[in-house]
Amino acid sequence: MSNDRTKASEEQIIYANILNKGMWFGLALLVITFIIYMSGMLPSHVPIEELSKTPPGSEVPYWGMRAHEFNIAFNIPTGWGWTALAGKGDYLNFVGIAILAGLTILCYLAILPILIKKKDTPYVIIAILEVAVLALAASGILKVGGH
Amino acid sequence: MLLKTLKTSKVVISLIVFLILIAGTVTVFASAEAVAPPIANSNVAWWVWPLVLFVVTFVLGILAVLGGVGGGVLFVPIVGGFFPFNIDFVRGAGLLVALAGALAAGPGLLKRNLASLRLSLPVALIASSAAIGGAMIGLALKPNVVNILLGATILFIVLIMATAKKSDFPIVPKPDNLSQSLGIMGIYREESLGKDVEWTVHKTPIGLALFVIIGIMAGMFGLGAGWANVPVLNLLMGAPLKISVATSKFLLSITDTSAAWVYLNQGAVLPMIVVPSIVGIMLGSMVGVKILAKAKPKAIKWMVIGLLLFAGLRALLKGLEIWK
Repeated sequence: MSNDRTKASEEQIIYANILNKGMWFGLALLVITFIIYMSGMLPSHVPIEELSKTPPGSEVPYWGMRAHEFNIAFNIPTGWGWTALAGKGDYLNFVGIAILAGLTILCYLAILPILIKKKDTPYVIIAILEVAVLALAASGILKVGGH
Repeated sequence: MLLKTLKTSKVVISLIVFLILIAGTVTVFASAEAVAPPIANSNVAWWVWPLVLFVVTFVLGILAVLGGVGGGVLFVPIVGGFFPFNIDFVRGAGLLVALAGALAAGPGLLKRNLASLRLSLPVALIASSAAIGGAMIGLALKPNVVNILLGATILFIVLIMATAKKSDFPIVPKPDNLSQSLGIMGIYREESLGKDVEWTVHKTPIGLALFVIIGIMAGMFGLGAGWANVPVLNLLMGAPLKISVATSKFLLSITDTSAAWVYLNQGAVLPMIVVPSIVGIMLGSMVGVKILAKAKPKAIKWMVIGLLLFAGLRALLKGLEIWK
């Protein structure tokens, strides 16, 4: 028989519950938006049949290009610029992806008040720092050079 | 007994045959792609690739469960090596595949108190920060350099998988000061022994330092990092094997999130690659869990090691432009 000592902490349970609900929501949205994309119900920013084609002057198809070359070829904005294209079949899929990628931030924000209430100072600091790190990654401020 | 062995052999043989067929199909398409002039790429209908990708990731999902590895570590070298997609998009998809798997497993592991939030949070802060750096380095490097490094990493993983021992209940003589001050400890019900197991960790500063390297590699190559997380948590820091495996799986949901955002923001994510891969791996994992009860884990483990060895060599030789 398990006892109270083996049970997960309050913050662990809350984290798990949010993760569970958010994961299923994000995954379902991803599948639905992909069906919309494949069915052509919404026009795509990058026509679906173009992806496997090789543009003139290139040795590789579009999906064989480096990400920054692909972005230039189709005039795709970086960072959160994709939200302007969310009405298109292909970029609509990014909504589900962003939800899945954003879940962890939400979970941390949810457990923060519990950690504060417990006066668990080291973990309050760690949680705040983690939210800052993930927010920085999500912000789109970070640019990749070297091209 | 004989019947059981025959059934097990049938499952393993079917898997091998299926895998060979898939590998053959992919290789035929890949070589057609490589030798044909660019315009002939349109000869292969666009929908063939996502369909083949779905089937391959479905098989990878089965193998990942049976071989005890994450989907990402199989996905990136195999899809990167045999599909016409750029390694940028493959790594972006690899991270999201590993992330989806971790998100799916995380809630159950947390609720059963096998994944420890107290152990995860400090480690995740280090690993996720490093993963951002890794993702930025990876996207800035030339594809052939990425392939060489990826190939070398996969071969190293093969070495770890083939040689590393695991310890169910490592002995921790004395928790270190850092783990004590952070209160990294726990207790869980070990059903196989029918008793509660208390655990703590040691060598925390060295462990955290290693997670800098693990985070960079996870972000750079788009691999889930379970292959590295588990040995560090289990063999170095002394967490019980079950806690290490569960915490590692949950950790990926945080580490891969930070790197995934970098790939997403740099436009290195193609839904046409991501969605069939996530769905394929997840469905494959569900089937894998069912087969797990019948299959011989050791035989599968060596099959996965063989597959990784092949994929690692392919990435290395592709990067060195010996096998284009």
